[in-house]
Amino acid sequence: MSDLMVDIQNLTFSRGDRLIYDGMSMRVKRGQVTAIMGPSGIGKTTLLKLIGGQLKPDQGDILFQGRSIPKMSRAELYQTRKSMSMLFQSGALFSELSVFDNVAFPIREHTKLPESLIRTMVLMKLEAVGLRGARDLMPSELSGGMARRAALARAIALDPELIMYDEPFAGQDPISMGIVVKLIRELNNALGLTSIVVSHDVAEVMSIADYVYLVAEKRVIGEGTPEQLRQHESPLVQQFLKGEADGAVPFHYKAAPYADELMELL
Amino acid sequence: MNSRKIELLVGVFVAFAIGAFFVLAFKVANAGFTGSGDTYTLYADFENIGGLRPRSPVKVGGVVVGRVAAIELDKQYYTPRVRLEISRQYDNFPETSSLVILTSGLLGEQYLGLQPGFIDDSVHLLQDGDLIEDTRSAMVLEELIGQFLFNRN
Amino acid sequence: MLLDRVQRLGATTLQSIAGLGKAALMLAGAVFGKPNVRKGLPLLIKQLYVVGVLSLLIILVSGLFIGMVLGLQGYTVLVKFGAEGMLGPLVALSLLRELGPVVTALLFAGRAGSALTAEIGLMKATEQLSSMEMMAVDPLRRIIAPRFWAGVISMPLLAIIFTAVGILGGHLVGVDWLGVDAGSYWSSMQANVDLHQDVFNGIIKSIVFAFVVMAIALHKGFDAVPTSEGIAKATTETVVTASLAVLAFDFVLTALMFGG
Ligand SMILES: Nc1ncnc2c1ncn2[C@@H]1O[C@H](COP(=O)(O)OP(=O)(O)O)[C@@H](O)[C@H]1O
Ligand SMILES: [Mg+2]
Repeated sequence: MSDLMVDIQNLTFSRGDRLIYDGMSMRVKRGQVTAIMGPSGIGKTTLLKLIGGQLKPDQGDILFQGRSIPKMSRAELYQTRKSMSMLFQSGALFSELSVFDNVAFPIREHTKLPESLIRTMVLMKLEAVGLRGARDLMPSELSGGMARRAALARAIALDPELIMYDEPFAGQDPISMGIVVKLIRELNNALGLTSIVVSHDVAEVMSIADYVYLVAEKRVIGEGTPEQLRQHESPLVQQFLKGEADGAVPFHYKAAPYADELMELL
Repeated sequence: MNSRKIELLVGVFVAFAIGAFFVLAFKVANAGFTGSGDTYTLYADFENIGGLRPRSPVKVGGVVVGRVAAIELDKQYYTPRVRLEISRQYDNFPETSSLVILTSGLLGEQYLGLQPGFIDDSVHLLQDGDLIEDTRSAMVLEELIGQFLFNRN
Repeated sequence: MLLDRVQRLGATTLQSIAGLGKAALMLAGAVFGKPNVRKGLPLLIKQLYVVGVLSLLIILVSGLFIGMVLGLQGYTVLVKFGAEGMLGPLVALSLLRELGPVVTALLFAGRAGSALTAEIGLMKATEQLSSMEMMAVDPLRRIIAPRFWAGVISMPLLAIIFTAVGILGGHLVGVDWLGVDAGSYWSSMQANVDLHQDVFNGIIKSIVFAFVVMAIALHKGFDAVPTSEGIAKATTETVVTASLAVLAFDFVLTALMFGG
């Protein structure tokens, strides 16, 4: 088997009239933590949904373990999704189920295991994210950081091969951020997972990623190991990594010159 | 809320609805006369059926014994022929019985009054498919008024 | 230029019709597909509770009041003709043929339909539906189908209860309060109400309304723009569209059933 988990080839995708990706390519190696960084609203979540087969590309192909996701039948796609999982930005816990039942949900849906074994598995996953004591709480009773960890426990419930994290660091306090960073790395190593981390938090990403893609303006503007990226000569890459307000990527959304618009009012 | 309690409440809800259905079927609609198995059919010809309709009741002394099943026009004589469905419970009417179209109250609905005739050795009982020959048509208000005016002159 | 636009319009129309057809097929596949009893039954029971049992109180109270109003209004008109003996059939036929199925459907759209739209819209906005799909669980089967069937089962049951309680309400006012003879209330009702023509037709109406209301409520939720305004708008649309659809279907069904 090849060592490529996900292979994105010449992906073109638009939402309505708006072009999001224009012939973008990207590869995710098995067993690695691959990070995809880019400014907000550029289509990172969209990319994960494309990999998960929830959206279909306009052109190009997305291979998962060598098989084309967009060309799969519905049944094949559902089968394939059992070996991947996605941690949504909000956690997306099912609000009417307790933490325990949330984690048990994929196990109950896809296996016929006895309840006692399910209990063992769920407690094991909750222990891994440090939430064994919170198993009887409802999602509304969790803090943001706890909700995301509970969702992580649910995402690894069926031991997927690929796990995709959508903005796992956004809106977290420094401590839970540290916990999540540690968890992603540890899970990747301990369970032999392949991870895709989508984020715009430079420091955290650079600390855990094996390989980083920097996406902007509908394509990949820079790639490499964190070390290689820091040495990258492109001003765009440097601006993003250093977080400078205005530079190669303009701060302002495309608009007519300010002075002109002010004059129009007069 | 645990699932046992939910199951119980759903069970109570469904049982309650079934109970309400039986109230509607037996107390409100009197579901005695609708089954087709427990009735037999009689026919009757009338001059004029007035406001009689399918499903109008057939009564003996005010007791409902059956219903009008259908009303057709005899193609040969151009008279209405009424098909009745009478409950099997009442299967001993003599063939001398007569039918009258009556009105309940001044403005009420019309119904069929069945008057059982006399019985002696030469008289048979009405069987399924028999024709009741002695019938009296509906009173039509215009005809009554016409008669009244005509007789005065 | 013009030709171009016409062409584009045609393409968009075709595309949206195809999209509609696809959505309807998918929904039908999920809702009418072979059910999984082991997993499906507990979900259905849970939804019967949410949709049916929790709507019971409002149905009981409004059924009682509407029956009482019918008793009062019917009596004041009928007594002028000395026909207060016909109060029973008046109350029973109004409820069985029209008010039972229609008012139940309207209340149901307002209470359960809007709640379902909001619930599903919110699940969509919080990415619960998406995440379920990524877990290889079809949200149409897991979320939509049990709610759909719970509604389709509950509504006729609620309409039956509404009607029965309404007839008792008419009895309460007509017989117990205004002094109509109890015997004639029931016997004139029995003489004039037919099981097929009135009771069953009323239930058939209610089943049709249930399909209409549930399809609208679930579709609006599933299709909602996943923002707070989008959900608010979808919820309102459910109540308005479902109510209008119920009234329109009621006219058609009445014409088919009683118009002949
Ligand atoms: N369901 C949708 N329909 C239409 N446009 C969408 C939808 N979801 C996202 N978009 C648009 O697609 C772009 C990319 O969104 P997203 O993938 O969420 O960006 P990111 O995750 O990088 O912040 C945004 O401009 C957003 O407005
Ligand atoms: Mg995003």
